[in-house]
Amino acid sequence: MSATTAMEVNAEARRILAVSISKLYASRTQRGGLRLHRSLLLSMVMRSARDIYHSSRESEAPSGPQPAPAEEPMEVGSGPGEQAELPAPQPELEPAVSPAETAEPGSAEEGCDGEFAEDKENRSPARQSRKRRGKASAAPDFLPSKRARLEPGEERYAAPLGSCRVGAGESLTALSLNRVIPAF
Amino acid sequence: TLELTVRASPTGPGGDMQWCFSQVKGAIDDDVAEADIISTVEFNHTGELLATGDKGGRVVIFQQEIENKSQPQFRSEYNVYSTFQSHEPEFDYLKSLEIEEKINKIRWLPQKNAAQFLLSTNDKTIKLWKISERDKRPEGYNLKEEDGRYKDPNTITSLRVPVLIPMDLMVEASPRRVFANAHTYHINSISVNSDNETYLSADDLRINLWHLEITDRSFNIVDIKPANMEELTEVITAAEFHPHQCNTFVYSSSKGTIRLCDMRASALCDKHSKLFEEPEDPSNRSFFSEIISSISDVKFSHNGRYMMTRDYLSVKIWDLNMENRPVETYQVHEYLRSKLCSLYENDCIFDKFECCWNGNDSVVMTGSYNNFFRMFDRGHRRDVTLEASRENSKPMQVLKPRKVCAGGKRKKDEISVDSLDFNKKILHTAWHPQDNIIAVATTNNLYIFQDKVN
Repeated sequence: MSATTAMEVNAEARRILAVSISKLYASRTQRGGLRLHRSLLLSMVMRSARDIYHSSRESEAPSGPQPAPAEEPMEVGSGPGEQAELPAPQPELEPAVSPAETAEPGSAEEGCDGEFAEDKENRSPARQSRKRRGKASAAPDFLPSKRARLEPGEERYAAPLGSCRVGAGESLTALSLNRVIPAF
Repeated sequence: TLELTVRASPTGPGGDMQWCFSQVKGAIDDDVAEADIISTVEFNHTGELLATGDKGGRVVIFQQEIENKSQPQFRSEYNVYSTFQSHEPEFDYLKSLEIEEKINKIRWLPQKNAAQFLLSTNDKTIKLWKISERDKRPEGYNLKEEDGRYKDPNTITSLRVPVLIPMDLMVEASPRRVFANAHTYHINSISVNSDNETYLSADDLRINLWHLEITDRSFNIVDIKPANMEELTEVITAAEFHPHQCNTFVYSSSKGTIRLCDMRASALCDKHSKLFEEPEDPSNRSFFSEIISSISDVKFSHNGRYMMTRDYLSVKIWDLNMENRPVETYQVHEYLRSKLCSLYENDCIFDKFECCWNGNDSVVMTGSYNNFFRMFDRGHRRDVTLEASRENSKPMQVLKPRKVCAGGKRKKDEISVDSLDFNKKILHTAWHPQDNIIAVATTNNLYIFQDKVN
């Protein structure tokens, strides 16, 4: 795959991921509660987009290995009252584009730009903020500013370090997709 | 693969049918109140009654009037027969969830006596409604005055027999049964069995079998909930009983498969008797392949030999004896395939279109965008696109076929894909069981069209 098409695919995948996350968030406040069918379809699209994104990124930068801090989500389990099934400020997905922009079909081009995730992925785990919702961490601007609360009926997902089924090299988003559905 | 290609009719209206505007119901103004959005449309078994449900939880029933003798070529009209509030919004305190009052489905029971019965359901609760007529009232009670006040017994000197006197027709709807608390997930389908005693209700993961007389218990006949919800890969999207075989039902999934189950095989029908699935065309693979293969509706043909499924872009007819592919595939709006990303962003890709058969299973119909709806004539291999709009609403106005220009040079009278109004969607359509009368629901209006030729 040529560099330019890989970049296009990458941008497209990122955009779709961003749109999907904003849709997942919006569906939480929908009347009638979370719709299982819709959430499932959204998570499938996100999974495809994430896979494409990663494979196109690997083809882009084959030199350095990606030490994605997969252990990072485990630490959050200890955060009191901040656990949410849909971890919001996933460092991977901090596009500059707001959901209003992504809603316009033709605005793909001015969407996600270069400053997007590369640095964050290579950050050492120690530097990652424990409290993902703390004021220090920069929440993407398209996500609700209110801290997400635990909905009644949702489980606190305490996954101890090392028991995560997510393989090394997979990102935060992998875990979050699997945890969308247990919200029911 | 053997796929019947449907050629658009070269000139004039599709097939032998000429569809004319008959009536439109609902508010005229463009500002649509959310509660007025029509969410289901269903004819009863004779076609005399037409029921609609809306997002506000109301059911409106129209009745076909006696034929108009002065205009014999124009069949009778449907007028409001009964309106009632079927479901109210509720709140699930345990889950802190609001339960919408939107009517997801209405299904009529075959008529057994003077009253009519229908089942209506929202996301969680199914109700059996009795609709009865009252055109007489009693008069001449001995112990009561006409206004209802009780008489002093000492003043009564003679006895008389109360008589029934005619009164203006009153149609009453009363809830006879409430089938509640059986569904954890959102109910998408109900279907009355041919035995007229039982019915099924389906949510995303489970299907329950009820007896119409018993409300405190139901049998779970399908359960696809995985032990670990994180392993969930598909949900149930629609279910229906076979029209004649009371032991057979089908359910469709979000993965584009249909399972036929036989209740005689076991109590829990998790193992299907037949699995209908068409292999995916690898050249059409995209981010959105899974979404557009999700089946939004499944309907048996009246003769019980076929079933029809609707996914986002197509309608497929399946022979119940052939599981590996459909016998017919009709493209509803193939020009949208290149627009899937935009349709994902504006949520249209999640729209759940329904489909229906005509009385003799020769034509199928489904809706599209821009208030277009499509008919596919299976026998003549013709299809037509028609539009439900206020502009084409003169009495008996013949509907002109519409054409969407997918690309290239747009001919006169064609509409380009980019000009389509995706907010104007026709999700619900119904066909009279015997005659060529169709009911087409736009967002908040119900259009009734008739075939000009009898």
